[in-house]
Formats: sequence, structure tokens, C-alpha cells
Amino acid sequence: MVVLDIFMSRYVYVLIIVLLAIGLYGMLGKRNLLKKLIGMNIFQTAIFLFFIEGAAKAGGSVPVIDEIIGMEAAQYINPLPHVLILTGIVVGISLTGVALAFLLVIYRAYKTLDDRAIMANMKEISE
Amino acid sequence: MSSLSVLILAPLLLFCFISALVGIWKLKWSYAAAVTGVALALAAAVAGLCRVLADGELRYFLGGWPPPFGIEYVLDHLSAFMVVIITFIGLIAVIYPPEAGLYHTPRRGIPAYGLLLLLIAGLSGVVVTGDLFNLFVFLEIYSLASYALITLGGDKAVVASFRYLILGTIAGSFYLLGVGFIYFSTGTLNMADAARLLPPLYGSPTIMAAVALIVVGMGIKLALFPLHVWLPDAHSYAPPVVAAILAAIQVEVAAYVIVRFMLTVFQPQYFIDVLPVTTVIGWVAAAGIIFGSVMAIAQKDFKRMLAYSTVAQVSYIGLGIGLANPLGLIGGLLHILNHAFMKSCLFLVAGGIRHQTGLHAIPQFAGLGRKMPLMMSAFTVAALSMVGVPPTAGFFSKWYLVLGGIEANNWAFVAVILASSLLTAVYFFRVIEKLFATPSSGDPAVEQAKEPPARILSPILILATGIIVLGLINALIVSYVLQPVVALLP
Amino acid sequence: METVYSLKPLLAVLVSLVAVIFIVIPGQRPNVRESWTILAALAKFALVASMLPLVLQGKSPAITLFAISPGISLALRVDYLGIIFGLSASFLWVLTSFFSIGYVRGIPEHKQTRYFASFAICLSATMGIAFAANLLTLVIFYEILTIATYPLVLHRETPEAIFGGRKYLVYLLTGGVFLLFALAFTYQLSGTVDFQAGGILPAQVAKSSVIMLFTLFLLSFGVKSAIMPMHSWLPTAMVAPTPVSALLHAVAVVKAGVFGFARAIGFIIGPSVLHESGAAGFLAALTAATILVASLIALRQDNLKARLAYSTVGHLSYIVLGLALFSPSAWIGALLHIVNHAMMKITLFFCAGAIHVRTHCDSVSQLNGIGRQMPVTMAAFAIASIGLAGIPPVNGFISKWYLVQGSYDVGQMVFVITFLLSGLLNAGYLLSIVVRAFFAPSDKFTKFGEASPLMIVPLAITAILSLLLGLFPDRVPYFFQLASNVAQSVLGGGGL
Repeated sequence: MVVLDIFMSRYVYVLIIVLLAIGLYGMLGKRNLLKKLIGMNIFQTAIFLFFIEGAAKAGGSVPVIDEIIGMEAAQYINPLPHVLILTGIVVGISLTGVALAFLLVIYRAYKTLDDRAIMANMKEISE
Repeated sequence: MSSLSVLILAPLLLFCFISALVGIWKLKWSYAAAVTGVALALAAAVAGLCRVLADGELRYFLGGWPPPFGIEYVLDHLSAFMVVIITFIGLIAVIYPPEAGLYHTPRRGIPAYGLLLLLIAGLSGVVVTGDLFNLFVFLEIYSLASYALITLGGDKAVVASFRYLILGTIAGSFYLLGVGFIYFSTGTLNMADAARLLPPLYGSPTIMAAVALIVVGMGIKLALFPLHVWLPDAHSYAPPVVAAILAAIQVEVAAYVIVRFMLTVFQPQYFIDVLPVTTVIGWVAAAGIIFGSVMAIAQKDFKRMLAYSTVAQVSYIGLGIGLANPLGLIGGLLHILNHAFMKSCLFLVAGGIRHQTGLHAIPQFAGLGRKMPLMMSAFTVAALSMVGVPPTAGFFSKWYLVLGGIEANNWAFVAVILASSLLTAVYFFRVIEKLFATPSSGDPAVEQAKEPPARILSPILILATGIIVLGLINALIVSYVLQPVVALLP
Repeated sequence: METVYSLKPLLAVLVSLVAVIFIVIPGQRPNVRESWTILAALAKFALVASMLPLVLQGKSPAITLFAISPGISLALRVDYLGIIFGLSASFLWVLTSFFSIGYVRGIPEHKQTRYFASFAICLSATMGIAFAANLLTLVIFYEILTIATYPLVLHRETPEAIFGGRKYLVYLLTGGVFLLFALAFTYQLSGTVDFQAGGILPAQVAKSSVIMLFTLFLLSFGVKSAIMPMHSWLPTAMVAPTPVSALLHAVAVVKAGVFGFARAIGFIIGPSVLHESGAAGFLAALTAATILVASLIALRQDNLKARLAYSTVGHLSYIVLGLALFSPSAWIGALLHIVNHAMMKITLFFCAGAIHVRTHCDSVSQLNGIGRQMPVTMAAFAIASIGLAGIPPVNGFISKWYLVQGSYDVGQMVFVITFLLSGLLNAGYLLSIVVRAFFAPSDKFTKFGEASPLMIVPLAITAILSLLLGLFPDRVPYFFQLASNVAQSVLGGGGL
């Protein structure tokens, strides 16, 4: 019962861990480079969700000062992690953009996006 | 409140922008803008170091917002030390001509110098910031710049850079997660503030997990064995100047982050006794030293050999952290300085050889010593320093590490340090033998080789002279700069 | 000894380092280049000799440079022990320089600029070792010497030379690594690395620490002193040109090793501490075995330089054995042998070089009757051989006398027998060459034809000096007095 209690109140974190695991598996376990990239995106998204969840408060309002609610900080959800996530999202987009550009070049050069085939190719070409 | 810390970052970022813009017209202007930017940053860094030595810590609140609400930039002994190294090596790397350093002069419109400045700016930012999240921002800035710059090395470099991108992102994300844990436990992102708020929480699993995540994340960036797998490919395929900056500075900045967390954000005792972080790092580093040296011996490609050598050398720094006593940490920190000079000199020599002869495999280097005496003498000085022959700088980092090991009664570490000197001697003297004692095989590339022009040679010679000078003045550096840093250790 | 501030030790070290620039620049004008070498050698010897009167009066010229590690400075100080080594090395460099010029022009050798430049750096490092005031300074110059001699060993760039160079580096760099460990351990045990007669270890140091420290010194200095089984690099290094073998492997590099032992035993660990721990006995046994085994191996060598190499291995262990015995006479004998052996062995190597240049003969079996062609060379060879066998009136007899006396004083008859036996073996492998040269019938060497005067004069000088030092050991340069002063200060009147 205690376990179920914890699960019900913290289920978001469990899901976040699941997403992290999926992302990691994608990055490290999959051979296709594009799938690695997708894994990376999933991984980063999981981290963003973690921050958003940490910022949430039960019954909290949107973090814009409202005369009705007043000046108590505890009534508003924490805006700082949201700011951090904005930065994180921008970073994630840039990384994805750069990585996609890399994949284009790699595909043009090696005609495949399979990790093993490319590594074998690279070893052949090298002395 | 002194703005020196930001004065280091400002010219770098400003001139990055200028350099990228003017690069659309003429590369020469882009190059000149880049050199100006880094030179200004270096001047500010040196001024910062002098002020810190005289007066103590310098703090700057960005936008005037005091901590813990605003972002703070701090110059203390450790960060001033690091930022001078970063900007100096950065200046040498930027001065190095692009035809040798970036494999070819970049076409109009490719903002190579802008990216270089961004790389140096990111590295400097990581070092001077006093805010946990700001560190992440600068971390990602320099990582992105480095991913792009590595690809200037050709098709294989793109593949290597992609793998580096994936692993580097894992590293940055782990760091971010760790910072998240700390934030949600303490409510602050400011390092000094966190240091105040954390001690009561030392026992909580959240904080322990945060430390583990941050150390593993930085360990990936540091190429600490066995998290080093991205490094050999990335450094051997990247163009020489990029490889020099990455090997000489970027891995050390990752080490800095660990040291900073150990000394400032957390109390050193936490890393030593409560969580066995230093023990684990120490043993992993010892394995890395042996692994890196052995792999380097097996390499035929010159830059690949240097890349594995970097894995070993960075593990010295890890060993210094792992010893966790003042002498050991001094050895590790001094090695940051020494390795920066040695490794960048070696990579620039590799660039020079490739530029003059097109060669990059060691067996083909036969007889080059005769043709390019000055550059090869500089190489010999750097090689002797890597092996640890006095009075070059490399000897002294090993000296402090050995002293630290004996003081900690850790004979295994001492044995590893000494054995690695011999292993390093094997792979470097093999190259020296080929250069100087083997008659040339008649390869036309070697026969027609000449000493590279002064533009390529001067940065190399400056670094080589620096290696000897640093060795001779190491007592000054240790007494004034490093001993205050390690004063916190038991 | 009273310390006196003086710039001369620093100048003695630096003069040949500065000369390297002038040796490299002329490059293709050999006479200019060679004159710089000669000038540097003469200047260095003059500087060292000028410090001798001060030292004899009990004053020690010293200079402390800057801190090279917090708490330890790069410092030079000329004491009795240092000036013995410094004087002999610098004097013999003058002669070797002349000999070198004759040799490399007689062959002719290639890459002469690299050769002379490396030589100059080596001698600079040797002076640094001789005059080092603390162990860190000594270690720094010791390692520089290893690296500076490497280009000389692989000079000929043949596959044998490259292999010899590799083996040389493996042995000596390994020794260097143990030396670093010894240095750090010493610093941790005593808090200082300054040399002090009688030792610097604190009184309550654990016996196991002493044994460990001694083992580290043995594994480091022992390599350069060619104590068995760490001696193998020395015969292999004979691929180097003969003047290199002469100066470096009979005088400078190997003597740096035994000098290091003298400093380690006398000025770091301290003879009494060493004896109490029992390590001294082990060292004595090891060196005695080396003496006998090396002499036996030398008998079987046909290559002349190989025979001389094993002879050197044996004689170096004479010195270390003397240092291991806790007796003033033994120490005096050991220190005198540093000089005497250098003088005699360099004569032999000079002769070997002259023979090689003139006749291209490298094996003993080819030397039948060579005395008829090269009487001066072989006469010098004879004098040196007599000395090495320990027969008066050549100087070898004096040092041997004291070594035997010292062994007798401590009651170790086994060592007395070792020395005497070794003398017989020396006579066997050296005098047999002399006999062969003068009395064996052959039709090869009929006409008189010595090598060039550049080579003959130096070897004649060293031979005659060996004789003179044997007849008048007490006169200039007072080596005997210097040696007894060292023995006194180190053993402190203790021992037998």
C-alpha cells in the first residue's frame, strides 16, 4: 500500500525515469544514427519534464501577479525552472539542428546511416 | 565589485559576432578580429590574475542583481589560473595560420573564427561563472561550437563529431539533472549560496544522486576511462587547431568543474569521506593512465597517438583529484597548466608536419628531423616534458603527484605514475628515433620538406619555450596561485 | 666546511651550455666549431681548478639559485667530494675534446655538429651533478645527462646503434624513475633534501623505510654504476664512437652513478644508519660478486671495447664496495679510485680509438704484433693495464691498497680476497693484450705508423699522469687530502 501511495503521488517521476531509460537505450543501443538522435531528444525531453514537475505546486496559479491571489509566493508555481527549461529547449533545438546537418553530410558521404557500416567504412579507408 | 571577470567574456563574445560578420567579406579580417578579441580577453585575464593575487576574490553581479537572485561571476585563485591558461592557449591557437591549423583556409561565409571564439568564450565562461545553471549554458555553448569545428576535418570527422555530440549531450544532460536535484533541494542556483545551504542535506539521497550525476557527466567530458570512447576519434580527425584546444583546454575545464564542486560547492570532506567520489576517481584514473599509455603505444597515426596520450594525461589530473591531499591536488592542477602547453604544442607540430609534407603516419616520418630541425626540436622539448624529464614542466607535475601519493601512503598510485613515465617514453622516443636516427626512405614528401614558415613555427616555439620556463618557475606558480586553492583540503 | 658565496660553480656548469649555441651556429665550418669546444673545455677546467685552493682551505664556494619547488632551491655547492669528481671530469674533457677531433676527422664521422653539441651539454650536466647541493638539483642534472648522452650513443645510426640507444634509454630511464621515487621518499622522511655529511634521515626512522629507500637508490644509481644485474646497457653502449665511450662511459656517466652512491650513502642515508639496517652488507656482497663475474666475462671478450666495458663494470664495483664498507681507508680508496680508474680507463679507450682509426681493427685477436706499428699507443696501454691490475708504481695500486686496507680493517677477509683475485684477472685480460702486441709474431704491422698527434698526445698525457699520480699521490691536486676529508666528514671518526 505504501508503494502504491508513493507511486500515485510521484508517478511523474517514475515516467520520467522510464523516458530517460528509453532515451539512453536509443542513444547507445540503436544502430541507426537517426534513431540515436531521436533517443537524444527523448532523453532531453525527460529532463525538461523533470524540471516542470519540480516547479509545479498543488493548487498553484500561473506565475503572473494577480490582485485577487495576492503577493504570497506560495500561491504561484515556481517560474524559475521554466526559465531554465526554456534555455534547455533552445539548446536542444540547436543540438538537433546541428546533428541533422551532420546526418545529411554523413548520408551523402557514406550512403548509409547505419553505425556499424560507417565504422567499418572508416576503418577501411584509413591506412 | 570588479567587472574584470565579465571583461574577459565580453571581447570574446563581441568579436565572435564581428568575426563571423566580416568573414563574409574577407577571411583576413575575420582572422584579425579573432586575434584581437582573444588578445583583449587574455589581457583582462592576466589583469584579473594579478588583482586576485594581490587582493583576493573578485565578484561581479550581472545586471547588478545581487545573489542569490542574480548571476554572479567570480574570479578566485583557481578560476583566474584557469582563465589565463584558456585565453593564452586560445590566443596561440587562433594565431596559428588556418592553412595548417584548419586543414584549409575556410571559404568565405564559413564562420570558422567566429566558432573558435565561441569555443574559447564558452570555456572561459564555465570557469568564471559562479552560478550552477549558467555553467550549463556555457558548457553547451562551447560543446556546440566544438561539434561544429571538429567537422572541419573532413567526412570522418563528421561521424566522430556526431558520436561526440550524442555522448556530450548525455554528459550535459546529466549535469543539468544533477543541478536540478540541487535546486529542488536547496532552492538556489548560486554556488556560494548552495555551499551554505547544502551541509544539512548531505545525507539525503537526492544530493548524493546529484553529485553522482554531475561527476559522471563531467567524467564523460573529461574522457575519464572508461568514459573516454568519444575522444580518440574526435581528436584524431579534427583539424590541428581544434584538436589542440579540445585536448589542451576542454578536457581540463571538465576537471575544473569537478574540482570546483569538490572545493567550493560542497565541502571537500563530503567528496572524500561521505561519498567515495575521490576514491573512485583515483582508481579509475589510475586505470586510465595505464590504458591510455598502452593504447598510445599501439598507434601508427600520429594524431591518434596524441589522442590516446591525452586520455592518459588527463587521468593524471584525475589522479591528483583522487589523492585528495594538498600535494596531490597541486600536482593535478599544475598538470592542467603543463598539459595545456605540451599537448597544444604537439598538436600544432602535427599540423605543421601535415602542412609541409602531407604525412600523418609515424612510420613515414623517417628522417624528418634533418629537414625541419627547429620544429622537431620543439617537438622534442614537448615530448621530454610528457615523459617527465627535468627541467621541463612535465617533471614537476609528476614530482608533486608522487609526493602526494607517498604522503597518502598510496604506493599503487605512485607505481602507476612512475610506470606511466616509462610507457610514455616508449611511444615518444619511438617518434624521436624515427625523426632523427632513421635514414629517410626516399619518400619524395620527406625529401622536399623544408622548415615551415615563421607564421607556423612561432606559435610552436613560443609553446616550447613556455614549457621550459614553466618548469623553472613552477615554485612561484605553486606558492602563489595553487597553494591558496588547496588550503581547504585536510 | 664554511660556505662562501661564489658565482664560479654556476659558471662552471653554464660555460659549456652557452658554448652549445656557438658550436651549432658555425655548423659547416669545423675549425671554428671545434675551437669553441676546446675553449669551453679549457674555461670549464680553469673555473673548477680555480676553486680548488678555496676548497682545500675548508671553504665551500656555493650559490643558491631560485626555488624550484616550494621549500627546495636549485643550489650548487662545491665540497670535497664534488671537487674530486668535477676536477677529474673537466680535466679529462679537455683531453677528450682534442682526441675527439682527431677521431672524428680520422674516420670521418657524420653529423659532427650534433656530436660536439651533445658532448658540451653532457659535461654541463656532469658539473651540475658534481656540484649539486641537494638531491633535487642532482636528480635534475642526472636526468639531463641521460637525455644528452642518448644522441651520442645512437650516433652512428646503424641498426645496432639504434638498438643500443633503446636499451640505454630503457635502463637509464627506469633508473631515473626509481630515482624520482627515492627523492620523493627522502623528502617525505626527512623534510629536506640538502646534502649533509653523515646523513639527513631523522634518528627515529624505521628500519623498513631505510631498507626501502636504500633499495630505491640501488635501483637508480646502481643502473648508472653498472652493478650486476643492471649492467647490461654498458657493453651494448659500446656501439658509440670511442671518444664517447671513453669520456662518458668510463668517466662521466658511470662515475655520476657511483658519485650518486657516495652522496646517497654518505650524505643522505648516512653510513651508520645503513650499516645498522644490514643493507650495507647486501650491497657489499652484490658488488663483490659483480667484480668477480665482470672480470671473468672480460676474459672471454674478443672485441676490445667489450672487454674494456666489462672491465669498467668491475672497477665501478670496486668503488661502490669501498663505499659500502664502514672504514675510512675504504672510503679513501673508493674516492681515489674514481679519479684513478678514470685516468687509466680513458687511456685504454683512447688507445682503442687510435687503433681503430689507424688499422680498423676491433678485436683482440687481430692485434698480434701491433706494438711494432704503434709503440707509443701500446706503451700507454701497458702503463694503464699495470695500474688497473693494481701493480705499483701506477696510481691504480694506491687506490687498491686503501681498498684492501679498508676491507682488512673491518675484518672482511672475503673482500680482501676479492680485490686481490680481481687484480689477477685484470692482469690476465689486459696484460695479455700488451704481451700479444709486443711479443706475438705477425706479418701485419711492420711499418711504424701511429695515429694523428691529436689522438696520441692525449693518451700519452693520461698515461704519464697515471704514473705520476701513482708516484706522488700527495701532491697537486691533492686528491688524497680531499678524499680523506670526505671520509672524515662522512664517517665522523666512527668506524674502524
